[in-house]
Amino acid sequence: MLQATKEMESGVTNGDGSGAAEEQDDAPGDVDVIGGLAREELHSLLGEMLLYRRFEEKAEEAYAIGKIGGFCHLHIGQEGLAAGAIRPLRADDLVITAYRDHTMAIAKGITPRAAMAELYGRVDGCSGGRGGSMHLFDPTVGFMGGHGIVGGQIPIGTGLGWAIRYRGDDQVCVCFMGDAAVNQGAFLESLNMAAIWHLPVIYVVENNEYGMGTAFSRVSATEMEARSGAYGIPAHTVNGQDVLETYRFFADMAERVRGGAGPQFVNAETYRFRGHSMSDPVSGTYRSKEEVESHVQEQDPITILRDRLMEADLLTQAELEAMDAEVRAVCEDAAEFADASPVPDPATLYDNVYAEVNAHGRLFLDGRGPGPAAGGPGGATHG
Amino acid sequence: MAEMTYRDALNAAMCQEMDRDDSVFLMGEEVAEYDGAYKVSRGMLARYGDRRVVDSPISELGFAGLCVGAATTGLRPICEFMTFNFSFLALDQVINNAAKMFYMSNGRISVPIVFRGPTGAALQLAAQHSQACETYYVHAPGVKVVTPGTPADAKGLLAAAIRDDDPVAVMEGELLYNVRGEVPDGEYVIPLGVADLKRSGGDVSIITHGKMVHVALQAATMLARDGIEADVLDLRSIRPLDVDAILETVARTNRVVYLEEGWPFAGVGAQIVALIQEEAFDDLDAPVMRVTQADVPMPYAKTLEQLAKPGARNVVDACRRVLYQPAGSS
Ligand SMILES: Cc1ncc(C[n+]2csc(CCOP(=O)(O)OP(=O)(O)O)c2C)c(N)n1
Ligand SMILES: [Mg+2]
Repeated sequence: MLQATKEMESGVTNGDGSGAAEEQDDAPGDVDVIGGLAREELHSLLGEMLLYRRFEEKAEEAYAIGKIGGFCHLHIGQEGLAAGAIRPLRADDLVITAYRDHTMAIAKGITPRAAMAELYGRVDGCSGGRGGSMHLFDPTVGFMGGHGIVGGQIPIGTGLGWAIRYRGDDQVCVCFMGDAAVNQGAFLESLNMAAIWHLPVIYVVENNEYGMGTAFSRVSATEMEARSGAYGIPAHTVNGQDVLETYRFFADMAERVRGGAGPQFVNAETYRFRGHSMSDPVSGTYRSKEEVESHVQEQDPITILRDRLMEADLLTQAELEAMDAEVRAVCEDAAEFADASPVPDPATLYDNVYAEVNAHGRLFLDGRGPGPAAGGPGGATHG
Repeated sequence: MAEMTYRDALNAAMCQEMDRDDSVFLMGEEVAEYDGAYKVSRGMLARYGDRRVVDSPISELGFAGLCVGAATTGLRPICEFMTFNFSFLALDQVINNAAKMFYMSNGRISVPIVFRGPTGAALQLAAQHSQACETYYVHAPGVKVVTPGTPADAKGLLAAAIRDDDPVAVMEGELLYNVRGEVPDGEYVIPLGVADLKRSGGDVSIITHGKMVHVALQAATMLARDGIEADVLDLRSIRPLDVDAILETVARTNRVVYLEEGWPFAGVGAQIVALIQEEAFDDLDAPVMRVTQADVPMPYAKTLEQLAKPGARNVVDACRRVLYQPAGSS
C-alpha cells in the first residue's frame, strides 16, 4: 500500500499547493513523474483504487448470496476520494464518515480482512460483528466510523478537531459527508463552531449529485461551494474522479490545516455508479441509464488514471494485469477469511454496552422473559 | 372488503383524507418523486401534485418544525419520517413544540399534525436503524401514539390520526408493509383509544401493540397446541390507552404477559404493568411478566440480532411462567 511519506508531501506543498503541482504536470524531461508523484507512487495509487473496486465488487457478490445483510452502500465510482483524500494523510490523522464507509476504512488502514469480516457480521470484523457495513470503526488507525444517521458524524468530526486543538496536537481531522447531509442543521452548527474556534477540520462533501433519489439541485437553492461562506470557511472544489488532482489537493490542504489554516470546506465532485444501497436500482427512477452510462464510461477514476499512466508510458498492460490479479487475490482472501471467522458467541450479547460496569446497581433489565436466557445479564426480570 | 397490503392501506387512508380535506398535505424525504422510501406514498404525487405531496431536504428538525408551524394555522400536515430513528433529530419540535403549544397558549393554538413512518427493527440494520421509538413519544403529555398492526387498522387509525386535532404519531413497521389483510372499502376510521381483542382465549392474556401482535398470535397458536388458550389484546393506541379493555382481559384470565418490541427500561410495558397492579391487583394470580427486546443496542450479526429480538418462544415461556406451568413443548 502507498505510504504517505514526508517526502511526497513536501513534493506538493511548496508554493500554494495545487497550483504548484500543476506546473509540474508534463514538466519537460520529467517522464517518470506526474504531478510530483514518482512512478511507484502513481502505481500505488492505482493499486489502491483497484483494491477498493474489487473489494466492493466482492461485497456485492457476497450480498447477493446472503453472506452480508441489512443495508450495504457501495463506494463504486467514488474510490478516487478514498485514495486521493485519505492516502496523503498521516497515520495519526483522523477520518470520520457516513455509512458509505468500506473503502474509506481500508484507505485509513483497516485491513480488507477486518472490513470484510465486519460486513459478514463475524467476530474478526473491525467492530466484532456488532456494527456491520455501516459501522466500521478502528480508532487505532484513526478511523472513527461509520455513521448511519445522515449528518450525525459532522458534529463528531468537529469534536475530533476540538480535541486535537485542546491537546495542542498537530493532527487534522477529515470529516466526510454526502451532498444531502449539508441540509442538516448539524452541518450548519458544526461549521460555525469550527470557524469560531478555528478547528483543524477539513469538511469534505462527497458530492455524487444525489441523496438517495433526490438530486442536490432539487433540495438546494445555491451551489455547494456557497454553503460554507456564511461561516467564513474557505470553499474549494476538486474533481474527485481525478485522483491525482485530489491527492495533490489533500496533501497540500492537510499540511496547511496542520499549520493552522483553520477549517476548510471541500466540494469533491464525484458520482455513484451503483444504486444508493443494494435495494435501489442503478438507474431508471431518478436518473437515466444514459446518465449513469456516460459517467461510467468517462468518469471512472480508475480508468482515468490508468489511461493517463499508459499514455505517459508509465504503465504497461502486463503491469496493470498483475496489479489487478494481486488485489483480486487480496479480496478473495478477505472473503475467505470472513467466511471462516466465527459468528459472535451468544454469551457476548451484553458485551460492550457500557465501558464501565459499576460496583453497585443493576445496569440491565434484559426483559426477554423467563426462558433459557442465552447471553443474558441474569435472565429473568422476575422470580 | 378488499384484500390489500398494509402499505396500500396506509396509502388509501392518506388518499381518503386528502380527497376530503385540502388542508391535508404530505411532506417528507423521498415521498413524492420516489413514491416513498418504502413506497407508501406510491402514486400520490401524480394524484395530488407537488403542492400537497412534497419532497423535503434531509432536514428532519427543519421539516418537522415547518409542519408544526403549518399545523398551528389549521393545516393538517402528514409529516413522514423515513424511519422513526431519524425523528430523533426532530424530537425537539415534537416534544417542546408540538406537544406543548396547545397547553402553553391556554388552548388557543392546536397542532393537528401526524408524524408517521416505520418504527422498530427490520433485518440486520444494526444499532442506529433498528429502534422501537414508542416510549420517546408516549412519554410526553400532549402527544398521542397509535401503532397499527394490521392493514385494516393501518387504514382506520391513520385516517383517525389525520382527523385528530392533536399531534399523533402513527408508528408503522417496515416488516409490516407487505402484510396482507382484509380492509374495509370506502371511508373507514377507527377511533383512537380503542383496543382490539385479536384473539379470545381466557387462560392467559398477552397484551401488546404494533408489529408484535403477530408474534403474540404466533405464541398463542403454539400455546393452543398444549391446550392453553390465550387472549391477545392489541392496544392499537398507546395514548389514549384503552384501560377498560386491559382491565377486562385481566379480570377474565388473571394472568398477563406484556409483549413489546422496544427495550424494557421504562418501556410501554412498564406502564401497563404499573396500571394493572394499581387497578386490578386483586384480579392477579401471578406477577405480570414482560417480554421485550434484550436490553442492548441492536447488534448487526444475524445470530445476535435474533437473540436480541423478542420472539414467540419467549412469549410462550412467559405465559407458562404466569400459569405456573413448567416450560412445555409448545
Ligand atoms: C437523519 C437521516 N435521515 C434519513 C436517512 C435515510 N438516508 C440514508 S442515506 C440517505 C441519503 C443521503 O445522501 P447523501 O448524503 O448525498 O449521501 P450518499 O448516499 O449519496 O453517499 C438517506 C435519506 C438517514 N440515514 N438519516
Ligand atoms: Mg449523495
